[in-house]
Amino acid sequence: MSQQNNPQDDIYGGRAGYAPERETTQGKVFTVTGGDWNDVVSGTDPIHDERIVVNMGPQHPSTHGVLRLILELEGETVTEARTVIGYLHTGIEKNLEFRNWTQGTTFVTRMDYLAPIFNETAYCLAVEKLLGITETIPERATTIRVLMMELNRIASHLVWLATTGMELGALSMMIYGFREREFILDIFELVSGLRMNMAYVRPGGVAQDVPPEAIKKIRELLDFMPKRIKEYENLLSNQPIWLQRTKGVAVLDVTGCLALGVTGPVLRSAGLAWDLRKTQPYCGYETYEFDVAVHSDADVWARYDVRLTEMRESLKIIEQALDRLKPGPVMVDDRKIAWPAQLAVGQDGIGNSLAHVAKIMGQSMESLIHHFKLVTEGFRVPAGQVYIAIEGPRGELGVHAVSDGGTRPFRVHYREPSFVNLQAIPAMAEGGLLADVIAGGASLDPVMGGCDR
Amino acid sequence: MSEPVNGSDGQVVGGSVSGAAANMPDGSVTRGMFGVGGSGDTSGFGGLVRRTGVPAVSGRPVGVDEFDEVLDGLQDALETRPAGDDEGGDVEKAFLSFDEAIERIVVDRGELTLHIKPEHILDVCRALRDDEGLRYELCSSVSGVDYLNQDRRLHAVYHLTSMTYRRRLRLECAVTAEDPHLPSVSSVYPTADWQERETYDMFGIIFDGHPNLTRILMPDDWEGYPQRKDYPLGGVPVEYKGAEIPPPDQRRSYR
Repeated sequence: MSQQNNPQDDIYGGRAGYAPERETTQGKVFTVTGGDWNDVVSGTDPIHDERIVVNMGPQHPSTHGVLRLILELEGETVTEARTVIGYLHTGIEKNLEFRNWTQGTTFVTRMDYLAPIFNETAYCLAVEKLLGITETIPERATTIRVLMMELNRIASHLVWLATTGMELGALSMMIYGFREREFILDIFELVSGLRMNMAYVRPGGVAQDVPPEAIKKIRELLDFMPKRIKEYENLLSNQPIWLQRTKGVAVLDVTGCLALGVTGPVLRSAGLAWDLRKTQPYCGYETYEFDVAVHSDADVWARYDVRLTEMRESLKIIEQALDRLKPGPVMVDDRKIAWPAQLAVGQDGIGNSLAHVAKIMGQSMESLIHHFKLVTEGFRVPAGQVYIAIEGPRGELGVHAVSDGGTRPFRVHYREPSFVNLQAIPAMAEGGLLADVIAGGASLDPVMGGCDR
Repeated sequence: MSEPVNGSDGQVVGGSVSGAAANMPDGSVTRGMFGVGGSGDTSGFGGLVRRTGVPAVSGRPVGVDEFDEVLDGLQDALETRPAGDDEGGDVEKAFLSFDEAIERIVVDRGELTLHIKPEHILDVCRALRDDEGLRYELCSSVSGVDYLNQDRRLHAVYHLTSMTYRRRLRLECAVTAEDPHLPSVSSVYPTADWQERETYDMFGIIFDGHPNLTRILMPDDWEGYPQRKDYPLGGVPVEYKGAEIPPPDQRRSYR
């Protein structure tokens, strides 16, 4: 079976078994052909030992983006599973070190693109703790953060339900899930001007106040969403195929979850009611009334159930947050930290409000200096390090921020739940069926933008 | 293997008190009023020297009940529990003293940081996980920080969570760039597997005993360690309305 030397070897001077290479003025050039794959395949005899190595991804519709799974199969049973990540690495953490602290939100919001508000809030909480201004954040700003986070949690769980439904054969679930998510994205657009990657939460507060139309729209959501969640349940919960694909599939118990660092809905589905909103509250979550969703089956079904319950609980929190939304500032008082201008929509889009521009250019020299210093230089953050963890839709979202006393972050590291949770794939998949790899992987809800950063 | 504790930069051995700020990056002193770098000083304020507040090193007791409880518990656990694997033969060196393992203690912004001697990190982690009074069941995060101006510039940083007591704790191990070795904790915390791989990938810290220490985010054949401070960000200049905007790492920076 072994192949003769590739005839191209002589032309390009390559070695057998390797891609032929040649030197050019631009450097070394490798010519990769299909020949390599033949060599790999010839190592196994598919007819006599039914062992196949399947490369699933990185471009595969059911791996949630660019996740690559290398699966060794015996028949339909997975004997070994290995996960390969890194295809979406964009160096966000490195980039942060070259911008000022405020610009950081614009970067971190792009990590886990289904949970931008969580990324921003975690980052801002860390910066505020470094600055020592946690206590001075206006109440309205904190309430808006909670409101936006819970809306975002519903949006993220909806995408999970939609894509998982699609992957397990409930195609219409995808349409419904995205329909309702679209409504929430419209709310985000009303509030921040953007549907995704909003950079809305800023160190010291939020970028701008919530307009009354958005409040109206959120009330609308509160009105119809419980019925819609009921509809999803009616659609899926008694459906034989859905039951067969989820019950008893990809079980991971509490011990396994803790050893592998798995948090969030997956941990709660195994029976441990660990929710940072309750156990180590931040943003005043201890003052809201809600329950932590728990299940004890530790399978895909339990994770589905936990996420549905979490959406309902989030609606409860949103309602309470709306009720306590009292008029007031949405940015800290400290003019050395607060961004100098409120944003306004002008003829050419969103930007500094014209009233502010008129003030700094025409009336107040000090305001102009302040604006200039804050925008070009940014504020300084006292040296030290903090770790902030919040409950993201996928689990513990941690930010380790280090300052050297300068205007830029010295180091920011994100403890991404997608990254950590993906380690559980071999534990869930090995020994199961190939089809259950998809159900198990989907139940972790990995977002590769967050995983690879 | 292990790098001796460097006393010259004010480090404190065994948790005794010192006001010296040995831990902080070289930002504790800033010069000039506007912190401009990369262009000439046009302000005339370039001679100013400013000190930024840096977290001080604490001695025991640190004065916060919760933290003292953890420290006492850790001392207890280290000094009564045989270090290393259970089947380790050397009984003489079985117990690890607190002062031997912990270089210094920092309490800052309500967070407790323990600087651990690199060679003892695995034993400390095992004690923290298994002792009944500590119970740090979850290793939340492992990452690195590169303090370029320190002798032992590469720091591996571990964030542990005790779900039983709802506490958090930060461990830090400093190694040199020339000999960046420390034991892997993945045998105690399997979740550290990927996180240590990422730290290796980004900082070049080598975790001995790790089952598969390969690059995870960067391509396998990548050269260099991107998150190190002496690794350039890269980028190309962009032209905008006739002006050339330099890449971010070459712009004027305010320190």
